[in-house]
Amino acid sequence: MKTTGMSKLGYNALGLLAFVGFGFPVYWMLNTAFKPAKDAIDPDPHFIPWPLSLENFRRALSIADFWGPVGRSLIVSLSTVGIGLVVGLLAALAISRFAFRGRKIVIVGILAVQMVPLVAMIIPVFLLLNDLGQYDKLPGLILTYLTFILPFTVWTLRGFIVNIPKELEEAAMVDGCSRTGAFVRVVFPLLAPGLVATSIYGFIQAWNEYLYALMLLSQQHQTATVWLSSFTTSHGTEYAPMMAGSTMMAIPVVILFLIVQRKMAAGLTAGAVKG
Amino acid sequence: MSAAETTTVEAPPTRHSSPLPPPGPRRSRRSAAGVPWLLLAPTLLVLLLVLGYPLVRLVTLSFQHFGQPQLWGFKPAEWAGFGNFTTILGDGEFWSVVWRTVWFAGGAVLLTMVLGMLLALLLQRVSPWVKILVNIALVASWAMPVIVAVTVFKWMFDSDYGVLNWLLSKLPGVDFDGHNWFATGPQGLAVIMLLVVWGAVPFVAITLGAGLTQVPKELEEAARLDGAGALGTFRYVTLPILKPIIVMLTTLSVIWDMGVFPQVYLMRGGHPEPEFQLLTTYSYTKAFVVNDYGGGSAIALITVALLLGVVAVYMRQMLKIGEVE
Repeated sequence: MKTTGMSKLGYNALGLLAFVGFGFPVYWMLNTAFKPAKDAIDPDPHFIPWPLSLENFRRALSIADFWGPVGRSLIVSLSTVGIGLVVGLLAALAISRFAFRGRKIVIVGILAVQMVPLVAMIIPVFLLLNDLGQYDKLPGLILTYLTFILPFTVWTLRGFIVNIPKELEEAAMVDGCSRTGAFVRVVFPLLAPGLVATSIYGFIQAWNEYLYALMLLSQQHQTATVWLSSFTTSHGTEYAPMMAGSTMMAIPVVILFLIVQRKMAAGLTAGAVKG
Repeated sequence: MSAAETTTVEAPPTRHSSPLPPPGPRRSRRSAAGVPWLLLAPTLLVLLLVLGYPLVRLVTLSFQHFGQPQLWGFKPAEWAGFGNFTTILGDGEFWSVVWRTVWFAGGAVLLTMVLGMLLALLLQRVSPWVKILVNIALVASWAMPVIVAVTVFKWMFDSDYGVLNWLLSKLPGVDFDGHNWFATGPQGLAVIMLLVVWGAVPFVAITLGAGLTQVPKELEEAARLDGAGALGTFRYVTLPILKPIIVMLTTLSVIWDMGVFPQVYLMRGGHPEPEFQLLTTYSYTKAFVVNDYGGGSAIALITVALLLGVVAVYMRQMLKIGEVE
């Protein structure tokens, strides 16, 4: 039909507009990062980064120590996720596979603590680490990152566990497995993708964290996010190397995100419509 | 076999656990009841230390005079009673910060939800190749770390070399050359709101899109046959089915947008001007710039209290979902 063809065209045009609107900042970051620095401050913007240049990346790496902050970010994020996964899995099992008095209160509590804005907690957390002698130390930061990684991990893993049918475990137990054996041999393999997705998502959250890293570590122990933000303060506004730095920070995260996005989105909405 | 295992076998497959253990032999019931608490213990301990204790400290701090001398341990903290609160609540600046925060978060949530809904509906109607393109852009902007997004927006809105001023100046009769977007609070906050919305819409659009696929086609067709227009079908069929997701997304957005901090802090180079202050930056400034930790805590506490109502709605929704699963 003519009319549907016309409206399809209109919808497609709107869709392309959305594509440009949402994609533009990402495109502009890459475009600025890969063009020669002097083109970046041409009053007439260059829309194609040609000739391709890595000059901005070299400059970004030389302005301030880059690998130190990245290494610290890696240590903090990996430790947080590792601890969160082990500790959180036990808790997730408790609230999804056991019936016990107080279960509902625990669930409410784990949901509630996720809702406390991190910013509101920064003052007492700062004082706590100060008292513990953990200010400006990575273990202290890892501990504070557990405030948001742990409840998230417990709740997400719980979602993955309840989707594994109980009958599988029961069948294994009928066949002579112990409860632990049934978990290790039956539930764990099925849970593995969920564990991977949860840890990647947790890693991204820890990697992107800014406020605690800024407040709880000194300049010389800064993490990658603080490294990127200090571009603006201590070196004026050199935007082209800054976009190169942004690209280096964003690309690993975007790749990780692409791996888990579908799984996490499905997990987040599972059952939501039925409610 | 322990009582918990017995429950497992007896419970119907869709309900995995009732809140209370079923009646069983007394001895085995007690031993099984210990297992979940044992599993929970590490989590509860960590949360108690890094969340419970600071939360209590936040409350006590807000009733204390706590400044630099107390921080270094030269002087014990003094009890302030409601002093911090009366000072803050009597301060005209605090109230303008509150209204600014409500206006900012409200605007951002509304824009996010409306744009997200429109995008989700649009994605159902476009050709497959357009859908792929839009999804790529959405996931890319969703995945952008906040700090990266802030720096990119700063660059795009730069007064001298920003691409936006150049683009706007191309419009006939418009001259944005050298326009400083952050000269005034409202305009600067509008840019920051745009940044927040840009980062938040993808999650909302993709989640609502997933929800839309679960709306039964027969229902929409039936409504159409009964004479409902596109708008009527949306209003009376689609919207009610999506309501749980919409409630959840809205409450989450309110919580996130009330907690906006790095966006304002970094856009203003670490020192937000008074007309840029939101509750979060205001509390931070009070504590770490003015060194009034008691006052800062009181503001943070008021912020959390303001959010409590929203959190309650969210929790009710999540618990409902938890029971259905």
